[in-house]
Amino acid sequence: MGCLCNQQEISEEEKYKQLKEFIAENREKKGYLIPVLHMAQVIFGYLPDEVQAFVARGMNISTSQVKGVVTFYSYFKTSPAGRHHITVCLGTACYVRGSKKILDALEDKLGIKVGETTPDRRFSMGVQRCLGACGLAPVIMIDEDVHGRMTAKKLDKILDQYK
Amino acid sequence: MGLKIKIDNIPLEVPEGTTILNAAKKAGIYIPTLCAMPELGFTPGSCRVCVVEVEGLTNLPASCVYPVRDGMVIHTNSQRVKEARRMVLELLLSNHPLDCMTCEKSGDCALENLAYELGVKESRFGRREKRLPLDESNPFIVRDLNKCVLCGRCVEICNEIQQTHAINTGYRSSKSKIIAGLDEGLKYSDCVFCGQCVAVCPVGALIDKAAQGKGRSWEFRKVHTICNYCGCGCGFDLNIKDKKVVKVTSNSESVVNGINLCVKGRFGNDYIHRDDRLTTPFIRKNGKLEPATWEEALQLISDKFKKIKEESGSDSLAVLSSAKCTNEENFLLMKFARAILGTNNVDHCARLCHSSTVAGLASAFGSGAMTNSIKEIANASVIYLTGSNTTENHPIIALEIKKAVTKNGAKLIVADPREIELAKYATVWLRQKPGTDVALFNGLMNVIINEGLEDKKFIQERTEDYEKMKKVVLKYTPEIAEKITGVPAEDIRKAARIYATAPCASIIYSMGITQHTTGTDNVLSTANLAMLTGNVGKESTGVNPLRGQSNVQGACDMGALPNVYSGYQAVTDSQVREKFSQAWNVELPDRIGLTVVEILNAAYEGKIRGIFVMAENPAMSDPDLNHAREALKKTEFLVVSDMFMTETGELADVILPGVSFAEKDGTITNTERRVQRIRKAIEPIGEAKPEWKIICALAQKMGYPMQYNSPAEIMEEIANLTPIYGGILYPRLEKEGLQWPCPNSNHPGTKYLHQEKFTRGKGKFFPVEFKEAAELPDQEYPFIFTTGRVLYHFHTGTVTRRSRGLCEIYPEALVEINPQDAEELNIQDGEVIEVSSRRGKIRAKTQITEKSGKGVIFMSFHFYEAAANLLTNAALDPVSKIPEYKVCAVKLQKIN
Repeated sequence: MGCLCNQQEISEEEKYKQLKEFIAENREKKGYLIPVLHMAQVIFGYLPDEVQAFVARGMNISTSQVKGVVTFYSYFKTSPAGRHHITVCLGTACYVRGSKKILDALEDKLGIKVGETTPDRRFSMGVQRCLGACGLAPVIMIDEDVHGRMTAKKLDKILDQYK
Repeated sequence: MGLKIKIDNIPLEVPEGTTILNAAKKAGIYIPTLCAMPELGFTPGSCRVCVVEVEGLTNLPASCVYPVRDGMVIHTNSQRVKEARRMVLELLLSNHPLDCMTCEKSGDCALENLAYELGVKESRFGRREKRLPLDESNPFIVRDLNKCVLCGRCVEICNEIQQTHAINTGYRSSKSKIIAGLDEGLKYSDCVFCGQCVAVCPVGALIDKAAQGKGRSWEFRKVHTICNYCGCGCGFDLNIKDKKVVKVTSNSESVVNGINLCVKGRFGNDYIHRDDRLTTPFIRKNGKLEPATWEEALQLISDKFKKIKEESGSDSLAVLSSAKCTNEENFLLMKFARAILGTNNVDHCARLCHSSTVAGLASAFGSGAMTNSIKEIANASVIYLTGSNTTENHPIIALEIKKAVTKNGAKLIVADPREIELAKYATVWLRQKPGTDVALFNGLMNVIINEGLEDKKFIQERTEDYEKMKKVVLKYTPEIAEKITGVPAEDIRKAARIYATAPCASIIYSMGITQHTTGTDNVLSTANLAMLTGNVGKESTGVNPLRGQSNVQGACDMGALPNVYSGYQAVTDSQVREKFSQAWNVELPDRIGLTVVEILNAAYEGKIRGIFVMAENPAMSDPDLNHAREALKKTEFLVVSDMFMTETGELADVILPGVSFAEKDGTITNTERRVQRIRKAIEPIGEAKPEWKIICALAQKMGYPMQYNSPAEIMEEIANLTPIYGGILYPRLEKEGLQWPCPNSNHPGTKYLHQEKFTRGKGKFFPVEFKEAAELPDQEYPFIFTTGRVLYHFHTGTVTRRSRGLCEIYPEALVEINPQDAEELNIQDGEVIEVSSRRGKIRAKTQITEKSGKGVIFMSFHFYEAAANLLTNAALDPVSKIPEYKVCAVKLQKIN
């Protein structure tokens, strides 16, 4: 596979070339779609439709087969991660203390849903069942930072810290 | 030993492996299902509607997958079962729109029926509608995923039977839905719009778009008939309401295709009610075609034909029969030509597609038709497919080939200059240069003989002239064949070994083989290869030419050919002639007549003065159209019968309005020699008449008594005069039809030919040398031009270009060109370019595709605006007189 760090620095063309090589090595193997998609996500960071179509062509299967697998596994991302990733905890403690409202407010403010990324790629958002900080419920996490006792009102100020 | 079980107190014995569902069926007990299609082997057990109670089991098993065990006691309708079904139903209904009163599927909806049966009015789980947008991206199918119950039937049939893989299940849990392609709508997926998914959908999630708002199941009268497009001979039901054909639905009792249909068969019949149908006769007056009465038109034709016959003799008249008309009509027209006009100048478009098959296979085997049946294809161990883009031209037969490869482990060898879809399924794909087939066949046989893989016993016992053939074949080593064909010698060896060592190998071919100046040679080569390895006269083997039109086999069988009467009885045989002469009470001509292209050449020279064209369009279909059209213009008196104004009709002196297949009774014979009934579903439109009535009326007018009350009576005459159709009579055709030869009324028909011996006795080998195509690329015209059909259109486009959906999905002619060639000429995808040959030029959009090999240009011939046949070469095969549609030289030019 070679070293795949510093992916941002290589060109799109180079990424497709890497993927093509990986597919060529593995296309005859049975049931190899998932490892190929896995690698594609490592190379591209996520799996946009163009990459899914490229995989389908390369593996000589239909796009619907690829899309079916990609959308089934939550591991596969179909939009690029934002510069900052927000995780809203929907675990029991956070949920009863109103984390759903915080999620709604975030969706509202950012104009994206769970699993999506803002068009300026500043934020992407996901949910977790428990972040292990129930004492601070409701909790959200942005990148590595935990923000406890969240309210919808505090959001603007917190989000401002992440450019 | 069977298993003894008790099902709803009925004792029953069933074989091991039977599912509870099938056991119940056997006992006459109904179990509701949503997802299972046991007849297609699909029993996922996922909908849970078919659950039953089995004594001793704690859970309720899904009867569609659960096998019975000895001593099992089953209750299919206990309180517990009803409760479980009710819960499943209520879960489904909780997110299913309850708009049954306006739903297209109402009356034919499994969910609706189940709710009625269980008396469920509302869901205890409340309502949570999905609110997904409709997928109306394409002209044929509306997908309303809000109504989808995720039974998986559509995915199953698309992936496992149609094998298109356009749709799949995507997402998870409550967000699960059926996705097409990248979930952007069917139009943007790999969908080929066969509509199999519509046929199996149990609810209103998949709907025939064009039939929306035009009636629901209980309002339709269904008429089982046969599709009028290609030679597969698929059965389906025409759905009739208010004297109109509203839509086509599958009929699982159709012997050839079951519920499978292609886009043309299922969605391409809306032309029937187009308002530009011809509804009255027309006569040319002062250079203009003007409406006329039948009486006027028939009188004029009668007078003119009589006058020409008197002045210039019978052979100055000719008729062109039609592979789109019934057997009865073809028989009557050839009778009309021979008995009334007194000429053997009768031919039809089979001349242009498979005359070389008829000539070649008749010489080698004694019978020029598919040796085996369509259903046998799936069980072949090797299939050698050549010159047939089966997926697009015979879609239902392609399903059998795919089934053979993916389900039954067959090996597929594709020999085709184009990268056709089936090449994806091939173990070996041989990409020969167009027009080099003989060299390729000889190369294959060279390997087989040199490696001792031939079937010596078969050659010894059942064939003749082997040594003559061997002598020629030995010259064509794989290396020499490689030089001529461009196919690597190693691939030739590999393919030869695969074919020769197969227990049963079937050759399937079509017009890529026949439409050459060496067409007959090519066909003889297929026969040589099959006989060399003993692959004839057995099930799932043989040599199988796929016939193009719905009744091209029948039109040939009926003797719409210049050299034979019905059943291939030679006009030159005095005994045969005497038989027909007596039956028809008239002297018959003994000289072999002219073929299609020869008739037009004679017309061009003024030797033919009058032509009757029945539902054909030579002004689009013949090669070198400028010349053909000039010939038709020069014809002193041209009569055309057709449903629509065609390019040929525009040149006519009299036009007679014919009818569609939905407006008449009759029989047609599909490519596997199966004679099937077509049934009248609606009355003729306007004053149009079925062709058999037109011919009878004209014959009467000309003073010959020709009167039949129905096509069944005509078939009796055919059976009397035609040994291979001897037992083919209407009462026997109600269900599955009959495959000829069927010599008498007790004969069950013939599934495959040449079983004990060849029709001609011994199979005959022919030594065949490679000859080049009549016109090869040169400096001025550097590309090879080859023609064919596409999935969405048919023949000269007369009907498919009047089908709204087909035109929307494939609106214009495309010139297929290899990416390398495009780059060299600096041509962009979609750019309009000029293609010209020594005979004409056309303009059309390019499609840059790997399908075309380097140096090869492909075009379909459906579009009058860019008529490929303006370019093609009218050079003829010397034996069968088939023109060389598959090879000529062209150049490409950019338009500034």
